[in-house]
Amino acid sequence: MPHDQYALSVTGEKGGNITLSISGSASLDTISLMLPEIKTLLEEKHPSKLTTDLGSVEYLDSAGALLLIQLENEAKRKSVPFAYLNMSDKVKGIMTLLDRDALSTSPIIPEKRTTGFFERIGEASIGFYDDIIEVIAFGGELTLEIIYSLFHLRSVRWTDVIVYMKKVGVDGLPIVGLITFLLGLILAFMSSLQLKQFGANIYVPSLLSLAMVRELGPIMAAILVAGRSGSAFAAEIGTMKVNEEVDALITMGFNPIRFLAIPKIFAAIMVVPLLTLFADLFAIIGGLVIGVFFLDLTVYTYVQQSIKAITIFNIVTSMIKSVVLAILIAGIGCQRGFMVRGGAQDVGNATTSAVVAALFLIIAVDSIFAVLLSYIE
Amino acid sequence: MIEMNKLEAGVLSTDPIIVVENLTARFGDDTILENVNFEVYRGEIFIILGGSGCGKSTLLKHMIGLHELASGRVTINGIDITSADDNEMGKLRRGMGMLFQSSALFGSMTLYENVALPLMEFTRLPLKIIDPIVKTKLGMVGLSGYENHLPSELSGGMKKRAGIARAIALDPTVLFFDEPSAGLDPVTSAELDMLIRNLNKGIGTTMVIVTHELESIFNVAHRIIMLDKSKKGIIAEGDPRELKEHSENPRVTNFFNRKATH
Ligand SMILES: Nc1ncnc2c1ncn2[C@@H]1O[C@H](COP(=O)(O)OP(=O)(O)OP(=O)(O)O)[C@@H](O)[C@H]1O
Ligand SMILES: [Mg+2]
Repeated sequence: MPHDQYALSVTGEKGGNITLSISGSASLDTISLMLPEIKTLLEEKHPSKLTTDLGSVEYLDSAGALLLIQLENEAKRKSVPFAYLNMSDKVKGIMTLLDRDALSTSPIIPEKRTTGFFERIGEASIGFYDDIIEVIAFGGELTLEIIYSLFHLRSVRWTDVIVYMKKVGVDGLPIVGLITFLLGLILAFMSSLQLKQFGANIYVPSLLSLAMVRELGPIMAAILVAGRSGSAFAAEIGTMKVNEEVDALITMGFNPIRFLAIPKIFAAIMVVPLLTLFADLFAIIGGLVIGVFFLDLTVYTYVQQSIKAITIFNIVTSMIKSVVLAILIAGIGCQRGFMVRGGAQDVGNATTSAVVAALFLIIAVDSIFAVLLSYIE
Repeated sequence: MIEMNKLEAGVLSTDPIIVVENLTARFGDDTILENVNFEVYRGEIFIILGGSGCGKSTLLKHMIGLHELASGRVTINGIDITSADDNEMGKLRRGMGMLFQSSALFGSMTLYENVALPLMEFTRLPLKIIDPIVKTKLGMVGLSGYENHLPSELSGGMKKRAGIARAIALDPTVLFFDEPSAGLDPVTSAELDMLIRNLNKGIGTTMVIVTHELESIFNVAHRIIMLDKSKKGIIAEGDPRELKEHSENPRVTNFFNRKATH
C-alpha cells in the first residue's frame, strides 16, 4: 500500500465492545482525512470499551502517533476503557517519541496577544504613555551627552561623524536637489497663473524665495532627512541591539549613547542646515526656469528680486530651525533604535515609527517657530 | 593534565574577586534565578554548568551589570556594581572582557577594527603598537590573515574565536566567556582550552566560563557551579573531578557521565 493510503474498519455491537482496526499508513498525509472518519465511526457506535488494533499498520509517523494519543485522550475524557492490540515494537518506539505531557502543560508566560477591543485600547494607551516616558528619559540623557560632548570635543568619534555627514548630506543632496527644484518649478508656475492676471509677475521670485527660506526649505530638507536618515539610524541601532552589539559596547565600557548617537546627531546638526540652504537654492533655480521662459523676466531681475525679499534674520532663523529639526530627527531615530527589544520585526517597527515621530515633530516645531517668530518680528 | 590542574587548585588563593550574594534574576514575572550565592577567587578558572535554558547566560549578564538585579548584590574587586556610578562602572568594565554567546561582533567593522576598538579608545598607544597587538590577538585564536573580513563573512566558530580575541584585547583581569567552544571542532576546542590555561597561568586572568564540554571542564576548571532550572539556583559546587565521583545528586552525576535523566 502506498504511503498515502489507509483503511479503517470497525467491528462490534453498537454501545458495546468496539474494535477499531487501522491498516496502511497513518501519517501526516492521511490523518486529516482519517481523523473525521474515526470520529463519525465512533459517534455512531458509542463504544463502552474501545480497542485499537494496529496489527496491519504499515507506516506510522509522529503525526499518526499523535492521532492515536488523541484518540486515547478522547476515550479517557469520556471514561471509556481504552486498549491497544497488536502493537509492534516499532510502533511502540514512535509512540514513546511523543511527549504526552507537552499537550497539557500550560505556557510559562501567558499569550501576549489580546483580542478584546477595549483591552487593546487600554494597552495602546499604556503603551503610548510608556513611550512618552521613554522618549523624555532618553531626551534628558541625550541632552546631557550632547553637552558633555561639546565640552569634551576630543571624546567625539569624528571619523564616524564624517561618515554620517556623507551619508546624510552628500548622499541626500541629489534627492533634496531634485525635489526642491521641482517644488520651485511648481510653486512659481502656480503663483504666476494668479499673479499674471494682475500683471504682478515681478512678485513671483520674491514670493518663492521668501516661502522657501522661511518655511518650505527647512521642512523639505527635514522631511527628506527623516525619511532617509532618521529611519536608517533607527534600523542600524535596532539591529545592533538585536545582535547584542549594544550590550557588547556596554561591557567594553562604552557609553552607547555617546558612542552611537552622538556622532549621528553631530553629523545631522552640521549637514541639515546645509541641505536646507541647498533646498532654498534649488527651489529658486526651479522658479528661475519658469521666470525666464514663461514670465519674460531676465535672470538678473529674477535673482535680484529673490534676494530682495529675504533678510539675514530670515536666514538665521531658518538655520536655527534646521538645527533644532536635525537634533530631533536624529535623536528620535536613535531613540527608536535603542528601544528595540525583540527581533527583526521590532527593527521594522522602530524604523517606521522613527519616520512617523519625526514627521510629527517637524510639523510641531514648525508651528512653534511660526508663533514665536510672529511675536519677535 | 588533570593531575597538574589539581596541583594548581591546591595553591589557589581563596581571596574572592567576585562575590555574588542573594542574586535574584527576573524577566517580567518570570523568575529565572533565586537567591544565588557564590564567590569567584582571584586567578581561578571558574566554570558555570547547567542544562540549556537554566539561566547561565542570564547569570553572566547580571554579574557584569547588563541587567538590573531583581534583588541581591554583586561585588567585583570590592566595588558593588548594583550601586556603582557610571564612572566606576566604566573603569571596572575596562578591566573585564566578555564573550557573548552570540559573539556580538560589530557587524559594520572588520575583525581588525573589532579587536582594535577597545585599544584605540581606552589606551593612548600609537597605531604602531596597536597594530601588532591586534595581529597577535587574532593569531592567538587562529585567525591570522582574517583582519579584513567582516563578521558576516565568517563561520559561526570563527565568530566565536574573533569574539574571544576582542575580549582579551586589553588583557583584562577578569574574563567572562559564554560557551567559547560551542561550534568548534575538537582540535580547535583543545587549542582554545590551552589558550585559556595559558592566559590563566601566564597573566593570572580570572575566568568565568559557561561551557558544556565535559572534556574541557576537566581540562581547565578549578571549580564549578552547576545551576538547575527547577531549583532556580545552584545544585552543586566544587571540584568537577570530585563531583563526578562523589556527588549524591543524580542530576549532577548524570551530567558528568552524559546520561539522560529519563
Ligand atoms: N531577554 C529575555 N527576556 C525574557 N526571558 C529571557 C530573556 N533572556 C532569557 N530569558 C529566559 O531566561 C531563561 C534562561 O535563559 P539563558 O539564556 O540564561 O539560558 P542558558 O542557561 O544560557 O541556556 P543555553 O545553555 O541554552 O545558552 C530562559 O528560560 C529564557 O526563556
Ligand atoms: Mg546561554
